[in-house]
Amino acid sequence: MNLHAIAAIYKFEMSRTWRTLLQSVVSPVISTSLYFVVFGAAIGSRITEIEGVSYGTFIVPGLIMLSLLTQSIANASFGIYFPKFVGTIYELLSAPISPLEIVIGYVGAAATKSIVLGMIILATAGLFVPLKIAHPVWMIGFLVLTAVTFSLFGFIIGVWADNFEKLQVIPLLIVTPLTFLGGSFYSINMLPPVWQTITLFNPVVYLVSGFRWSFSEIADVPVGISFGMTLLFLALCLGAVLWIFKTGYRLKK
Amino acid sequence: MPIISVKNLSKVYPTGLRALNNINLDIESGEIFALLGPNGAGKTTLISIICGIATLSEGSVTVGGYDIDGDYRAARSLIGLVPQELHTDAFETVWATTTFSRGLFGKPKNPAHIEKVLRDLSLWDKKDSQIITLSGGMKRRVMIAKALSHEPKILFLDEPTAGVDVELRKGMWDVVRELRDSGVTIILTTHYLEEAEEMADRVGVIAKGELILTENKAALMQKLGKKQLTLYLQKPLDAIPAQLAAHNLELKAEGRDLVYTYDTKGERTGITALMNDLNAAGIRFKDLNTSQSSLEEIFVSLVHQPGEAAS
Repeated sequence: MNLHAIAAIYKFEMSRTWRTLLQSVVSPVISTSLYFVVFGAAIGSRITEIEGVSYGTFIVPGLIMLSLLTQSIANASFGIYFPKFVGTIYELLSAPISPLEIVIGYVGAAATKSIVLGMIILATAGLFVPLKIAHPVWMIGFLVLTAVTFSLFGFIIGVWADNFEKLQVIPLLIVTPLTFLGGSFYSINMLPPVWQTITLFNPVVYLVSGFRWSFSEIADVPVGISFGMTLLFLALCLGAVLWIFKTGYRLKK
Repeated sequence: MPIISVKNLSKVYPTGLRALNNINLDIESGEIFALLGPNGAGKTTLISIICGIATLSEGSVTVGGYDIDGDYRAARSLIGLVPQELHTDAFETVWATTTFSRGLFGKPKNPAHIEKVLRDLSLWDKKDSQIITLSGGMKRRVMIAKALSHEPKILFLDEPTAGVDVELRKGMWDVVRELRDSGVTIILTTHYLEEAEEMADRVGVIAKGELILTENKAALMQKLGKKQLTLYLQKPLDAIPAQLAAHNLELKAEGRDLVYTYDTKGERTGITALMNDLNAAGIRFKDLNTSQSSLEEIFVSLVHQPGEAAS
């Protein structure tokens, strides 16, 4: 294991965060606060409670998930896309490092950033609504697993994308709609029965449901299923990444 | 044992383009090897394959005895690569990017070595500058510093002096010489052929994906070099006299210069016979000059007639 290389990539990626602190940390915090103002204060005051939890508290896990997904994808996809775009990928490809080490470096840094961000958003949420975390270990578990999974997913997008438009298109057209429709802001029990069934094909439902369960023990699907699905997405993304490196897809000429 | 051994290497792109065709090449430890060829000849592709950036279609490559696929860690650890294009992390500092490269190649931190590399390349006073603020020549040296950061045994320089001014270029060649003296094997490609002529121990000529020849530079010059003997005549000639027709002569400068072209490969140059015939014809000259064709001229003639020049 080339630990020095992993450390070098990780440090390099983290230092990019500090250079772009405003974009990386401050803007997600501001947008989350805006969600609280709009959904929590303006709309939430008209929705009394969902399954015994105030609406403001109910949406906290969904809001964290929303940022976690988008930021994990954005960080990891940009992290690997940018060297391809400016050409510095040559160094990565010519270095004595294995694909696994490259992934640990990039995905580790991207996941770290979004986990930190998730915690910051959680703290921000604490300023607006009372927080209760029923299962802290599960909460951290879902947070870490989701961050890693979607950082892997972002890594795949970053490798696949050969222009900036492609880099944006999946997060904007697929991930964000799935997140909004995945029960971030509502319980899927509030939907008509047909839509409840359709929603179960949305992977984000399982992530949000499990995460919300770790906070308030409210879940749209049993937590075991949520956990299993999260692991399944992780495995799928890992498989795709291994295939990319095995074939050199979009990396090697 | 050669430090790099390329055997029956071919590269075929999915489009069917055969970028390299059956390349066989051994690079000896400690030499400066110049790879010459026109644009699109396959120089960069060959370097990219050896360094792990491109995949090979057929054949095999070993670096320091290690297969570049099976033993890629050991093989790549030996190599430092300076690519042709200036690919840099614009917002990183010189120090950070050089330290990053060392880590990437699996070496523990060694600020003293990084400092030495930066000082050798006259980058020390720029160590805290962002790369984006540097001039093109400095960026090129940053790329070299990155390649040297992990103490490679082999250095690939792909067109290292493209876009670098004359003074800086000379400085860079001094660095290359010092590296060679410290035992580093250097493989370079360049368009500045006079520099290959000045620097390289051996020269490989590549055209249309084929390695036309590899030759000791001096031997190549001798083998393929043509010499010209120019006689500055006392009296201009209107035409070459009939008794001199057997010699390969040309009249230049309105008949004032008589130019004799001969091959240094031949056992006989024919100069003595020419002198005798000139004397017999009563042609006298006030001065003479001989010149040897440069590597550039050799190169151009090779690339244009690969079949004839193959050895």
